[in-house]
Amino acid sequence: MYEIIVDFLSMQVPLVAYLSVGLVMFFAGVYGFLTRKNLLMMLIAIELMLNGADLNFAVFNRYLYPQQHEGMFFTIFAIAVAACETAVAIAIIINIYRNLNNIDVEKIDEMKY
Amino acid sequence: MLEQIIFYVLSFVVVFCSIFAVTTRRVIRSATCLLLVLLCTAAFYLLLNYHFLMAVQIAVYAGGVMVLFIFGIMLTHKPGDSVDNASWKRRLGALVASVAGIALCGGIIYFNVSNAVATLAHDELAVQQLGTQLMGTGKFQYLLVFELISILLLACIVGAIMVARKRK
Repeated sequence: MYEIIVDFLSMQVPLVAYLSVGLVMFFAGVYGFLTRKNLLMMLIAIELMLNGADLNFAVFNRYLYPQQHEGMFFTIFAIAVAACETAVAIAIIINIYRNLNNIDVEKIDEMKY
Repeated sequence: MLEQIIFYVLSFVVVFCSIFAVTTRRVIRSATCLLLVLLCTAAFYLLLNYHFLMAVQIAVYAGGVMVLFIFGIMLTHKPGDSVDNASWKRRLGALVASVAGIALCGGIIYFNVSNAVATLAHDELAVQQLGTQLMGTGKFQYLLVFELISILLLACIVGAIMVARKRK
């Protein structure tokens, strides 16, 4: 038993392990996005999904093509785009809260006109 | 050996926190769990020898985006508020959807990604090379994307201020 554990740990971390972590992160985000009714909670779920996808880009780049860096640059730009998206989304959420006193998606069903 | 132990501890933390972040009823706990997930992802980038990427992840995500989230939570929730759960039908549907997705993608990964080809290179990306790639205009160089991102950031700053400002 002890030898099996030592053998398992003395290998390098397999590609599948990193991909599985990204997979769980992504589908936890999917679950959150489908169940949450609060806008901020939905945004948190979206961030989880984005983060899982970003991790996959970097991992594929590192394991399969370590001489090139496209995956890493794609991750950097994806992080920047995610930051933009979050800023605008939170501005919209604060504006909705100010006008309707509520950020529950099922109760926001009135438009201005 | 140590690297593997660190990886498995971190992945346990990531799995636990990402599931907790989407199931807890307190918004601030959810945000804290998201922060832990983001920091663990930064640690993964460090294990992959992407030092610059780790710095970007911590500075932009764990720093900037999380501060925005905390502001948003503070402005829209009273302390101690908890949101109500979705109906069990909806939760069941979402659970089925995400478990089916995990099964599908996990099957694809399991049957198609072989461990033999995957060897982790242990060289670090030099910052000088990173700079020339980010600031050049040739093949595999990303000056145009860099400038586009800067314009996008500017547009987002202006847009966020316009949307969230107080109207008279």
